[in-house]
Amino acid sequence: MPAMNMIQALNSALDAMLERDPNVLIFGEDVGYFGGVFRVTDGLQKKHGVTRCFDAPIGEGGIIATAIGMGVYGLRPVVEIQFADYIYPGYDQIVSEMARIRYRSAGDFYVPITIRTPYGGGIFGGQTHSQSPEALFTHVAGLTTVIPSNPHDAKGLLISAIESDDPVIFLEPKRIYNGPFDGHHDKPVEPWAKHPLSDVPEGHYTVPLGKAAIVREGADVTVLVYGTMVHVALAAAKESGVDAEVVDLRTLIPVDIETIVASVEKTGRCIIAHEATLTSGFGAELCALVQEHCFYHLEAPIERVAGWDTPYPHVFEWDYFPGPKRIADAMLRAMEA
Amino acid sequence: MRNRVSLNLHIPQPKHRPGEKAEFSYVLVPKAGIVERPASDAKAQDITSLAYSLIRVLDDEGRAVGPWNPKLDPETLRKGLRAMMLTRAYDDRMFRAQRHGKISFYMKSTGEEATSVAYALALEHEDMCFPSYRQQGLLIARGYPIFDMMCQCYSNARDPLKGRQLPIMYCSRKDGFFTISGNLGTQFPQAVGWALASAYKGDDRIAVSWIGEGATAEGDFHHALNFASIYRAPVILNVVNNQWAISSFQGIAGGEESTFAARAIGYGLPGLRVDGNDFLAVYAAAQWASERARANHGATLIELFTYRVEGHSTSDDPGRYRPADEGKAWPLGDPIERLKRHLIGLGEWSEAQHETLATEIAELVRETQREAEAIGTMEGGARPPLGTMFEDVFKDMPWHLRAQRKQAGA
Repeated sequence: MPAMNMIQALNSALDAMLERDPNVLIFGEDVGYFGGVFRVTDGLQKKHGVTRCFDAPIGEGGIIATAIGMGVYGLRPVVEIQFADYIYPGYDQIVSEMARIRYRSAGDFYVPITIRTPYGGGIFGGQTHSQSPEALFTHVAGLTTVIPSNPHDAKGLLISAIESDDPVIFLEPKRIYNGPFDGHHDKPVEPWAKHPLSDVPEGHYTVPLGKAAIVREGADVTVLVYGTMVHVALAAAKESGVDAEVVDLRTLIPVDIETIVASVEKTGRCIIAHEATLTSGFGAELCALVQEHCFYHLEAPIERVAGWDTPYPHVFEWDYFPGPKRIADAMLRAMEA
Repeated sequence: MRNRVSLNLHIPQPKHRPGEKAEFSYVLVPKAGIVERPASDAKAQDITSLAYSLIRVLDDEGRAVGPWNPKLDPETLRKGLRAMMLTRAYDDRMFRAQRHGKISFYMKSTGEEATSVAYALALEHEDMCFPSYRQQGLLIARGYPIFDMMCQCYSNARDPLKGRQLPIMYCSRKDGFFTISGNLGTQFPQAVGWALASAYKGDDRIAVSWIGEGATAEGDFHHALNFASIYRAPVILNVVNNQWAISSFQGIAGGEESTFAARAIGYGLPGLRVDGNDFLAVYAAAQWASERARANHGATLIELFTYRVEGHSTSDDPGRYRPADEGKAWPLGDPIERLKRHLIGLGEWSEAQHETLATEIAELVRETQREAEAIGTMEGGARPPLGTMFEDVFKDMPWHLRAQRKQAGA
């Protein structure tokens, strides 16, 4: 199997689905001839034709709305929003329309759309190229929210998202497009080729939605993470010496409660980490779920490690980013409790 | 040089308010039949004058005149008349049901029936409509049962939408009627997307959407026109200019300095301005735009110039913001009266036949209402089972909704 980075794996997923299903089509800003600012759609227009992968005007509300119309017709559009930070002009179409069309029509209409968008910080993108808005989608009834953390999952999850008959928000952690960045910004990032999960099968395969993966087994503390933070948590486990069990959620809603509960019941401790701002972040939901399901197994308070409640600061990027040191400290505090 | 004139903030005001005399002298009413009808493949830039005129077919004597006369057979005309009359009778009945506390809310389409009914007859049944909340005439003209519409309004056990939507927010895939949203204008770019999908698949169906003049101020209106123009979508985009958005006159939506049809010009789309109370003119415009779309010449924006005879909904009192007699001063008449007069003039209808049909329709609506109310109203009776509240959020119910359904006792 070829070694692929996240970009190549996502490209391979799109290629496989264009090949397989004539109802799949791709559009978004700069995704056609040029192949996208992050190159995820590179070569797809040339290979599959201009009506299968084309450029859209700079109008996220229009992109999402037209995708909804296409989905209602019976197509499976995959649209790219160039940065998650640009998705807000389309938020009304996502929340009031896309998420509810199956419900409000009592199943008469549905919209099998995938919205792909790069998110997260670590690239010195400032306020408008760094945000992690996942909680704005997990809070909306009817949306499936997916975040991959490695090339293998990225491809399999994207194919599952496209094949899903429900709308999917597919957030791509852009900091790990090219390698499993672990939060050590002062060290070079290893390329994906050296990582076992860069082995990406050719052609069609799926990674199921709604299923978490245990990426590191451990006995002492459960760490619930997704996206870039999976790799930061693994570094923290290594550096703290705490035998942490790292759970990569992969799908945020519907969340894999069984895997979470089994892990926390085993370890008795739980840390939750995400890049997004702390207050009302998805970590708050995870914290409540763990408390509701595992209270009598907990031996320490649940702790959240997250972005501070400020806009994403340009020059203080690494003071803002919840790096391995902050997670390691949280693990040690949990062990001392 | 500094500007030494004091700057003024302009806030548009309607010509008349409650207590003042209603007058529409500023409304341009050209004679019927004088507007030219270009070929349906004409270049948008060559026909911009259509956006500033008013396409009218029925003259003051009820005759059909001019190049836009669609020359419909009497059977189609009678069908249109019946559907408009049924829509009005249905509206009256359901409005009263709200006043009796049997439904939570209602919106009438009185005076605007032609903007839906003429379309339903001009389009193919398979064409997809993305309506706003005042196009009940489409469903009625397409033969959707008023019993189902009533059950939707009552949110009872036979409501096809399982009690999930406000009254009048109907939906019927098989009748090409997209689920209505309460967020205004969202359906406009969705219709464009549907049309693009139809073109992508090499289908022959087109999409049609309706929006109020008030909602043209939304960004979605711009998205729809822009995307429709860029990708040459086979779609007809209608602005129903009924002069009022709840209490805001059309000037607040930007109608003071230009027409809504003229919005099309900057996008390189044809913009037609049509007498929306003239059944034949609406039919003819729909036919022109549909011909254009079906031949791959792209989208058309149509302003249907009409008047909202009643309040916005059951929740507002129009007497608080416009003169009580404003409707009487409206210069374009009533769509049902005008079509009736035309049919009588053709010798294809009579006062007696009209009377009989009106009675028949009133009886049908009353009887159907009895049947629907026997199932349930907001006051009581059979509702959809509670457990259905948790269905259709996702295709398959995830664990958290199953758990919540149990907690809710369903």
